[in-house]
Amino acid sequence: MCLAVPGKLVEVSEAEDAAMRRGKVDFGGIRREVCMAFVPEAVVGDYVLVHAGFALSIVVDELP
Amino acid sequence: MKFVDEYRDADGARRIAREIDAVTTQPWTIMEVCGGQTHTIVKSGLEELLPRNITLVHGPGCPVCVTPAALIDRAVEISLDPGVIFASFGDMLRVPGSSHSLLQARARGADVRIVYSPLDAVALAREHPERQVVFFAVGFETTAPANAMAVWQARRHGLTNFTILVAHVLVPPAMRAILESEDCRVQAFLAAGHVCAVMGWVEYEPIAARYRVPVVVTGFEPMDILEGIRMAVAQLESGRAEVENQYRRAVQRRGNRHARELIAEIFEVGPREWRGVGAIPESGLRLREPYLEFDAEKRFGAPPSAVPAENECIAGLVLRGLRRPPECLAFGNRCTPDAPLGAPMVSSEGACAAYYLYRRMRVRS
Repeated sequence: MCLAVPGKLVEVSEAEDAAMRRGKVDFGGIRREVCMAFVPEAVVGDYVLVHAGFALSIVVDELP
Repeated sequence: MKFVDEYRDADGARRIAREIDAVTTQPWTIMEVCGGQTHTIVKSGLEELLPRNITLVHGPGCPVCVTPAALIDRAVEISLDPGVIFASFGDMLRVPGSSHSLLQARARGADVRIVYSPLDAVALAREHPERQVVFFAVGFETTAPANAMAVWQARRHGLTNFTILVAHVLVPPAMRAILESEDCRVQAFLAAGHVCAVMGWVEYEPIAARYRVPVVVTGFEPMDILEGIRMAVAQLESGRAEVENQYRRAVQRRGNRHARELIAEIFEVGPREWRGVGAIPESGLRLREPYLEFDAEKRFGAPPSAVPAENECIAGLVLRGLRRPPECLAFGNRCTPDAPLGAPMVSSEGACAAYYLYRRMRVRS
């Protein structure tokens, strides 16, 4: 149930209320609508970790 | 997929396994907390790469498995109300209560629907104002922000036909309960990376210090888990007991502030019963007073407090890392995913399901 999958944020629809901010995330070709309320700093092109329709964090390239 | 495939590299996994072998001088027992990690370990055969004196024991991190039978009975009862649409993650449907599962309730005519997100249940409530929509809010901290947001949006939309049946559990109290049990064998933990993506690892620092146990926040791919084990063994071998973060690409020390704030707005910590383990104080979440109108137990009544007698299932021992699934006499014969005696055999994070799916042939031979 704690399964979370990283995907690329390809579209963000801004909302007046940050809690209603939504985005489209691409998981290797499959796109899903995702709630972006918890990662307001994410921009198109970022990879985000998605669980149950919610982006929970931005995934970053690790230091070598 | 980026951030997935590169952590599934077989040569990379063997390299880390060699590094573990090189630093291991004595036997160590390490618990991976999360059932998702258990599945990766068993599916990828990671134990066969490890030195023989490293033992992995599987932890309680399967929310479906620890949801009490009495609460599933209550869910089944609510779902059979003809005015109700009962929404749940798919994982919960085949888990047996004391007599029935939600899937069996559906066969008897209950309107039970599988949703991908709790927001889908909120959408159902908006589409069906004439019905009561109840969402089974099961999960660890990873899922809490999603369920908190569902309640928050239900309030915002002014919904009076949406409630959640709360079965939320927390990882740190379960780790403490394991460490304080007399038969505890665990010497280090791999903490669940996705729980920490939300909560961070600040809560684990006092646990590492008080119990002198290394805690490594760990991801879910094979190389993540091996690297987590390598870091835990390095601590054990050098006598350190700290919190370290293997899952650097997704987790920060304080987790996700926005998610934590919404959880704290909607939920508060309270006691919770864990199936197979028993009651653990301050180990779950319940709705705060201003949001009690969204509590299915308030709308439909609380489940009976008496926990029905369990069958021969040894889930409690498996969930505490005291037994492995194949050590159960019912494993693979009287208990299978199609006819489960206990939740760990059906859940996609259950340890018994992992062994049944990936190790059955070997276990039998």
